[in-house]
Amino acid sequence: MLMELTENILTTVPLSFHIFMALATFTVLGACGVAFSQNIVYSAFSLLATFAGMVGLFGFLSNDFLAIVQLMVYVGGILVVILFAVMLTNKISDIQSSNPSNNIIAGFTLMLMLLTVLVTSVFSYDWKTRDPGPYEPTAAKIGDAFLGPYLINFEIAGLMLLVALLAAVVVARKEVKFAEDNQAEDEG
Amino acid sequence: MTVGLMHFLVVAAILFALGFYTVVTRKNAVGILMGVELILNAANLNFVAFSRYGDVANVTAGQVFPVFGIMIAAAEAAVGLAIVLAIFQNWGSIDTEKVTALRQ
Repeated sequence: MLMELTENILTTVPLSFHIFMALATFTVLGACGVAFSQNIVYSAFSLLATFAGMVGLFGFLSNDFLAIVQLMVYVGGILVVILFAVMLTNKISDIQSSNPSNNIIAGFTLMLMLLTVLVTSVFSYDWKTRDPGPYEPTAAKIGDAFLGPYLINFEIAGLMLLVALLAAVVVARKEVKFAEDNQAEDEG
Repeated sequence: MTVGLMHFLVVAAILFALGFYTVVTRKNAVGILMGVELILNAANLNFVAFSRYGDVANVTAGQVFPVFGIMIAAAEAAVGLAIVLAIFQNWGSIDTEKVTALRQ
C-alpha cells in the first residue's frame, strides 16, 4: 500500500518538484530556527541551515556561480564572523536566555500580516513567465558582464568593501592609551 | 506539477517575513543582524528566480545583481558586528533595551 502510494507520487510528480520541496523546507525550517530559537548559538547554526538551503536553491535555479559565492561568502565568512561575535559577547553560562525576545505577539501578528500581503500579491498578479530551458553554466557570462556594462558598479563595490574593512577595524579596535593618560587615570 | 516562479516567490516571502519577525522581536543585537541577513537572502532569491523564470530581456542582470547584494551583506556583517563589539566593550552588554545613551 505504502509502496504503491510512494510509486504513485514519484511517477505523477516530477523529481525536480520533490528536490525543490526538500530544499525549500530545509531553508524555511532553518529560518524558523533563527526566528524562534531562544538560544543564540542555536540561532546561528540554524542560519547555517538557511544558507546551505539557499546554495541548493541557487543551484536549482541554474546559477552555479552564485551558489559557490553564497557558500564561500555566507557560510565561510559571514557565519564565522557571527559565531565569533556570539562567542565574544555572550556569557555561555546563561545560555538558556541568551536570545531573549520582546513583543512576541505584536511581532508575530505583524509577520502574519506581512506574509499574507506578500503571498496574496504573488498569487493575484499575472506574472509573465517563460520556459527556463536547459541548465547552463553562468560564470563566464557574469564575468563578461562585470567587465562590460557593470564595470563602474564593480569598481565602486570593491571600494565599498575596502571602506567597510577599514571601518570595521577602526570601530572594533581597543582604545590606544598614552602614558600620560594612564598616569592621570591612576592618580584620579 | 512543475516548479515555477511562484514557488520561489513564496519561499522568498516566507524568508522575508521570518527575517522581519527576527529584526522586530530580538533584544540581542547579533540576533537582529541575523534577521537582516535573512531579509537580504530573500531579496537575492527573488532576483535569481526572476532571471530564470521571468519574461525578461536581459537574463544576466538578474544574475549579476545578487553578487552586489552579497557584497553589501558582507560589508554590513563586518561593520555591524564591529559596532556590536564596540558596544559590548563600553556597556558590557548588547541588549538593545539597555543601550539607551541617546535617549536621556
